[in-house]
Amino acid sequence: MKPENYHQNTSYKLITLQGVTRVYGQGRVAMYALRGIDLSVDPGEFVAVMGSSGSGKSTCMNILGCLDTPTDGKYLFEGVDVGRLSRDQRALLRRHYLGFVFQGFNLLNRTSALENVELPLIYRGVPVVERRIRAKEALASVGLEGWETHTPGELSGGQQQRVAIARAIVTHPRVLLADEPTGNLDSARSREIMELLTAFNRELNITVIMVTHEAEMAAYADRRVHFLDGVIDNGHDSERKNK
Amino acid sequence: MIRETFLLAEREIRRNVLRSSLTILGIVIGVAAVITMVTLGGGATAQVASDISSLGSNMLQVRPGQGFHGPGGTRSAAPRLKIEDAEAIASDVSGLAAVAPMASGSAQAIYGNANWSTSVIGSTDKFLQVRNWSLAEGRGFNEGEMRAGKNVCVLGSTVRKELFGGQEPVGASVRLQKLSFQVIGVLDSKGQSGFGTDQDDFILVPLRTFQRRIAGNNYVRTIYVSAKDGVSTEKVKSDIERLMRERRRITHGEEDDFNVRDMKEIMVALTSSTRVLTALLAAVAGVSLLVGGIGIMNIMLVSVTERTREIGTRLAIGALEKEVLLQFLVEAVVLSCFGGIIGIILGLGAAAAGANALQVPFLFNAKIVVIAFLFSAAVGVIFGYFPARKAARLDPIEALRHE
Repeated sequence: MKPENYHQNTSYKLITLQGVTRVYGQGRVAMYALRGIDLSVDPGEFVAVMGSSGSGKSTCMNILGCLDTPTDGKYLFEGVDVGRLSRDQRALLRRHYLGFVFQGFNLLNRTSALENVELPLIYRGVPVVERRIRAKEALASVGLEGWETHTPGELSGGQQQRVAIARAIVTHPRVLLADEPTGNLDSARSREIMELLTAFNRELNITVIMVTHEAEMAAYADRRVHFLDGVIDNGHDSERKNK
Repeated sequence: MIRETFLLAEREIRRNVLRSSLTILGIVIGVAAVITMVTLGGGATAQVASDISSLGSNMLQVRPGQGFHGPGGTRSAAPRLKIEDAEAIASDVSGLAAVAPMASGSAQAIYGNANWSTSVIGSTDKFLQVRNWSLAEGRGFNEGEMRAGKNVCVLGSTVRKELFGGQEPVGASVRLQKLSFQVIGVLDSKGQSGFGTDQDDFILVPLRTFQRRIAGNNYVRTIYVSAKDGVSTEKVKSDIERLMRERRRITHGEEDDFNVRDMKEIMVALTSSTRVLTALLAAVAGVSLLVGGIGIMNIMLVSVTERTREIGTRLAIGALEKEVLLQFLVEAVVLSCFGGIIGIILGLGAAAAGANALQVPFLFNAKIVVIAFLFSAAVGVIFGYFPARKAARLDPIEALRHE
């Protein structure tokens, strides 16, 4: 697992949001979830997104994950205007550049850990033998060697989240989007997960954007971005931590 | 990609074996029912055809009355046939193999302590030839016995079994209506006819003997005529009709007061009616196949709802709309084809068992097997498409939030 070259190019903006607005509904019932967001993320950065519920952080994550598009403003991913892509093009962008970790793990039931980790490789068309090897490596890298044949029902919450992380990083994504990855875990398990994310961020140079409301978890990040009522709250500390 | 899709579908089906089996149950029953009905129907049709040809396929029957025409008809009022009519047909119509006038009634047959109620047929030695009977033992009537009206008889195999059991019948005497008849021959068995009657349950006596001693009249009920091989039965039929109109003095423009039936016509009529019946039964079975398809759609829709989060995860990971569509569609088609195969196996098994029970031949019909399989695949595509499209069109954000 070697980082690819452009990950080291720190002057390059991987993600740029320019005046991004997201409105649900129209006219009188229009609800502004985002009211003009400007945000940029460098390759290899670890960003924590914080804010209370309804602050717009989830909407922002959906847009960053190419699951949703801005009503107004621009989202540039490596210079590509995501708002102009079709649904299928955005799916391909997710397939090749993004990895997702969810609060509820979202593993496939009654399916072994190995098969779960293989899933994104199947969509990438990786041949079966290589797929097996890479999935096994990914599981080993999250400390689940020997657990390949276990199904989610036979794993603890912390183990399930580690399978989910293995599934997210098995494709060597450029960006890992984690939506409250420790929300369903106790603090010891949470710290293990954060250490894994930090390790993948440092060692593989995978950019991590993580939503959390726990300050302890946010402390692992290089930078914290606070959302308040659909805008980024610059009053809060959002400078970079020294690496 | 297609291979992977099949793999995914197969994995999905294995993941929930119970639900998968319940899903295909409708298809299994539908396909099995269609296969059973059509196979048994085909066997029954073949049975009817072979029964009729065992009566003699190039045989014609001449009877008094108008046959099937008109309600009531004039059968009872029409003049009877006579032995002379049969003799005239035999001498004046060309291309005939044999002509056998026949009359019949029922009587109690007694031998020793054994007692059996059976039908008595009076005819000539030609009767055996026309009706495709062969002798198991002894001989048929000779000229002298027929002309003199001797008390001799030939037994059907059922009568022989009932009266004689294991004893030797030829040479013994059987009593029919207080008269003693010498047994001169026994017939081979033909078994049950397709209509369920025992064809072997009769005693054959010379026609003149029957008329004088048993019936007490000189009537002939039916004249059986068999055409030589290669002679058109249509031509023979029209020749007989012309001759009979002449003999019965039917003037031009008057309707026949007799009818000549060609066994081929009867065969066609009967086999086509069994075919219609088969088609109707197959159609009813086809409806259950349709219901099976709706069952698949129902379960697939439930499955899509149940797996909403999974679909959301797949979409987030980067599955294209068409890949999700294909996945669910392939799942439905694999399920329904699997159901089809099981249904075919069960259906053929049931048809084999049914054919055995109903004593009709088991005829493997490859065409209907292929049709049933393709139909079950089509059911999968048609009824799987709507749920699959529903899955593919899900909004990944909504789907991931789904509880």
